[in-house]
Amino acid sequence: MARQPLKTYLCLFAQQHPEFRLPELLSLASVTKSEVKFDELSYSKTNPLLLVHFPSEESACRIAARSLLIRSLFELWGSGRNHDELEASVNKLPSEFTDRYRRSDYTFKVVVRGFSRKCSAEKQLQLYERLSYLPLAGKVNLSNPDYEFHLLEDYGDNPNEAPMEPHRVFVGRLISHGQRHLIQKYAVKNRHFIGNTSMDAQLSLIMANMAQVKEGSLVFDPFVGTGSLLVAGAHFGGFGMGADIDYPLIHGRGRASRAGAESKWRGKDENVSSNLRQYGLADRYLDVLVADAAKNVWRQGELFDAIITDPPYGIREGRRKIWVKKYTKPSPT
Amino acid sequence: MKLLTHNMLTSHVKGVKNGFPLRILARKVEVRQIDFNPNFITRMIPRIDWSVLRAAAENLGHGQGLPESPPEEYESQEDFLKSAHHVLMEVEVLEGDLECPESGRKFPVTEGIPNMLLREDEV
Repeated sequence: MARQPLKTYLCLFAQQHPEFRLPELLSLASVTKSEVKFDELSYSKTNPLLLVHFPSEESACRIAARSLLIRSLFELWGSGRNHDELEASVNKLPSEFTDRYRRSDYTFKVVVRGFSRKCSAEKQLQLYERLSYLPLAGKVNLSNPDYEFHLLEDYGDNPNEAPMEPHRVFVGRLISHGQRHLIQKYAVKNRHFIGNTSMDAQLSLIMANMAQVKEGSLVFDPFVGTGSLLVAGAHFGGFGMGADIDYPLIHGRGRASRAGAESKWRGKDENVSSNLRQYGLADRYLDVLVADAAKNVWRQGELFDAIITDPPYGIREGRRKIWVKKYTKPSPT
Repeated sequence: MKLLTHNMLTSHVKGVKNGFPLRILARKVEVRQIDFNPNFITRMIPRIDWSVLRAAAENLGHGQGLPESPPEEYESQEDFLKSAHHVLMEVEVLEGDLECPESGRKFPVTEGIPNMLLREDEV
């Protein structure tokens, strides 16, 4: 098969966990078997924009369909250091990009966004006027358009000393959003069963992406706790198995961890399996065991596809080991 | 505890050379319906010790219809995958013990959760 030439997309990253943005992107390219290229020198941890090359829109969308750290992906229509360069670059677009939009049988909207400097309403109006060179013949529909075109203005990395004019501008067609909505959906604050150190939803999902969990993966967490990482693994199609040395926690005994409820006992149904059930993932729960991660309980052989874990660091959750017999009960005489 | 998990667990008592498979001494067994996922079962078959699974299922009274060994091209045999799914995923040991085949040490299963912890002088 002949290699497809790569197409250029503009990636808008979330401004959180910047150190994981490129590793997550590379991991997802690998799990979706897609080629990906970008210029690492043009990437900055403090800047949310990066040009990325994928073989096709379809492969770009497959990656966005799993990514937590991609906010949006755009098909790049033009770029420049200022609006004149941008206009020249859009005018040079090959006709296969624009032909479809020269017909009038669709609706669209244009969105203007500035980074490090907000555009005033007045400035936005000027920019919409300025963008009239875009070859768009459809009707405007602000609430439910068929296509969205975004103008992104980059005013540098420091919002406190942002210049009056942007130093880079881009125009692109929105092709897909990332999975930021999952952060709300899996928020720990709404989770049925939580512990003192339940892993936050975003990081759990990023970890499942880095571990390349996919449909039918067997996922193991040797410090399972309340099962946050198994929930994330199950979201991406994994089947979860866990172990923990904390017998009362695994059996849902002891005091509740939720703020304001510390004086209450845990409910009978507070366990890892109920956490999966809460999200409709009950069938992706296999088992949890009470076991010491320092002692291997698994037979030899290839068993697990992914091991994701958040071990106790001895700060918020202490180190534990198996019990030592301290005394023997004196026998009655 | 599902039989899939049992198929992967081994005893780790000090001095034991071969702690696999653990003998199931079941007091309470339940069958829970779980959605059949042929992809997952197909992925598990090569990792399973089939004769151990079959013996465990027979011991619990759920061994009917399990072949001696997985058929060739099992990935396309839905009947086989469904019976494997049933014993791997749906048959659950809720109460009982897992006994180490060499030392006889019993690991209790309570509320479906095996307790694999040993005392310090046993490891």
